[in-house]
Amino acid sequence: MDTPAYANSRRTISRTTTWATVGLSALLSVALFALLNFAGIARTFDWVGSLVVAILLYVVLISVLSAIVEGRRKSTDRFITTILYGAFALAMVPLISLIVTTIIGGIKRFDLQFFSESMRNVVDAGGGGLHAIVGTLEVTAAASVISIPIGILTAVYLVEYGQGKLARAITFLVDVMTGIPSIVAGLFAFALFSMFLGPGIRFGLGGAVALSLLMIPVVVRSTEEMLKLVPHELREASYALGVPKWLTILKVVLPTAISGIITGVVIAISRIIGETAPLLIICGLTDTTNYNLFQGRMTTLPVFVYSSYANQGTGTADIDRAWTGALVLILIVLILNLVARILSKVLAPKGSR
Amino acid sequence: MSKRIEVRDLNVYYGKFKAVEDVSLTIEPRTVTAFIGPSGCGKSTFLRTLNRMHEVLPGAYVEGQVFIDGHNLYADNVDPVLVRRQVGMVFQRPNPFPTMSIRDNVLAGVKLNNTRMSKDAADEIVETSLKGANLWKEVKDRLDKPGSGLSGGQQQRLCIARAIAVKPDVLLMDEPCSALDPISTLAIEDLIEELKSEYTIVIVTHNMQQASRVSDMTAFFNIAGTGEPGKLIEYGETTTIFRNPTVKATEDYISGRFG
Repeated sequence: MDTPAYANSRRTISRTTTWATVGLSALLSVALFALLNFAGIARTFDWVGSLVVAILLYVVLISVLSAIVEGRRKSTDRFITTILYGAFALAMVPLISLIVTTIIGGIKRFDLQFFSESMRNVVDAGGGGLHAIVGTLEVTAAASVISIPIGILTAVYLVEYGQGKLARAITFLVDVMTGIPSIVAGLFAFALFSMFLGPGIRFGLGGAVALSLLMIPVVVRSTEEMLKLVPHELREASYALGVPKWLTILKVVLPTAISGIITGVVIAISRIIGETAPLLIICGLTDTTNYNLFQGRMTTLPVFVYSSYANQGTGTADIDRAWTGALVLILIVLILNLVARILSKVLAPKGSR
Repeated sequence: MSKRIEVRDLNVYYGKFKAVEDVSLTIEPRTVTAFIGPSGCGKSTFLRTLNRMHEVLPGAYVEGQVFIDGHNLYADNVDPVLVRRQVGMVFQRPNPFPTMSIRDNVLAGVKLNNTRMSKDAADEIVETSLKGANLWKEVKDRLDKPGSGLSGGQQQRLCIARAIAVKPDVLLMDEPCSALDPISTLAIEDLIEELKSEYTIVIVTHNMQQASRVSDMTAFFNIAGTGEPGKLIEYGETTTIFRNPTVKATEDYISGRFG
């Protein structure tokens, strides 16, 4: 009978065959690496290596198989699709490995003591990271209090008011600020406060100032992008109702962009919460819990992790505390992200577009 | 309230570019005036000069005068923000505020200006405005739902309700039906007919049938070519413009022989 031109004259590879190919590639790859292991060439079994080889093997196998059975177009499709999935899988490896390693290392000291005690008078085991947690929370909060208003207002100026040379100059300077190495920001804050408060000054607020230098450009950039996304028609609708420009910005533009702005701010906070170098200079290092931002040295979690690792005593107590510090830092960022997600959901414009 | 608009020798510029040249016309209160003409002929630009909305774009300015009941809109002591409270505007694409409910959208003109009012007064405004825009029956049970959840035609009527809620004297409409289906268009046209008894309405439209259906007066704008300023070619009663235009270009345009 007549076969229409668009009918698929070729056979297709079934799902079972596809998965069989996946299994075969994995098996071959694992076998290869196990062999290397037994032969004594490799000392341990290389999981990442075997994954990479398995993916490559699968790409070759499925492409060739598909070219034979399904034809060139389908084969190309399978080739590209597999590459994409493979790239994603590879990108996930370091992330998952990082999280798993931190959890395994950190769970040992993830106890009540870690959250309730500082390192004051602790020599070996025991002690905790309370001072560092307090430091991180306070310094980051202070940096946010400085940066978020400045950043958002700058972005509002750039999008809503700025024209000509001044706006271009600000945009350029913001771009330059994005590239400032964090240690320079720390040195700047240290030099600034040393000038006014005497040499060798170390206190929490100084760290917040250093961090806000790093945070402001990120807030400006992300807020700017979000404000640009607000349709011009909404501004016009508001002007046409006889609403002045500043009220339009405050009550129409910002609420419409708020969920994106929050996301940007949280990304900016996540960017600075892990900073170590500038805080080591301007906040210093202490084993005591210091609640006062304005006086005395203050340790933050990244600095705590660094110093625990750098000045290990005998035994594993310091290393264990360092892992737990890292784990707590990751958890804080995670919680921040969750809160931001919820806030964005609640505040986002409702209904269909 | 409804007011007379008188335009004298108006030129509109965007920076160095002259967009509209030498327009003079008078719009009577309680009438519907339609602006027709090809795309880019400056009719929307001209419409926006009637409530100083063109100034929203950087570099835009006008020469000449626009009088609303004898007061020049472009006098030195005039605040464009206050002008826009007197002269409302409805845009081409429905643009309800996505962050607000239907109720808040209607009250936007009041609320955004930080005016305090009792709940009863607010309810009153919401109901009369939505009834005025023929939307009340459809939305009265879901006033707290977001305005962006309505259909396109409903959204446009919501925008009209929002515009009339601030009780303007004049209502400008910039192609209010071009994004709507015929049924919604009919609803808006009926609405224009009703609103005419209270407001001076000026409407820009690409739809010649619409102009002939809804308007009392029609103004035809045209441009000589790209980069040239738009000009008012002919202005008169709609029946005259559509049946016996005096200028050849008008006749060509309305009979579809244009270009």
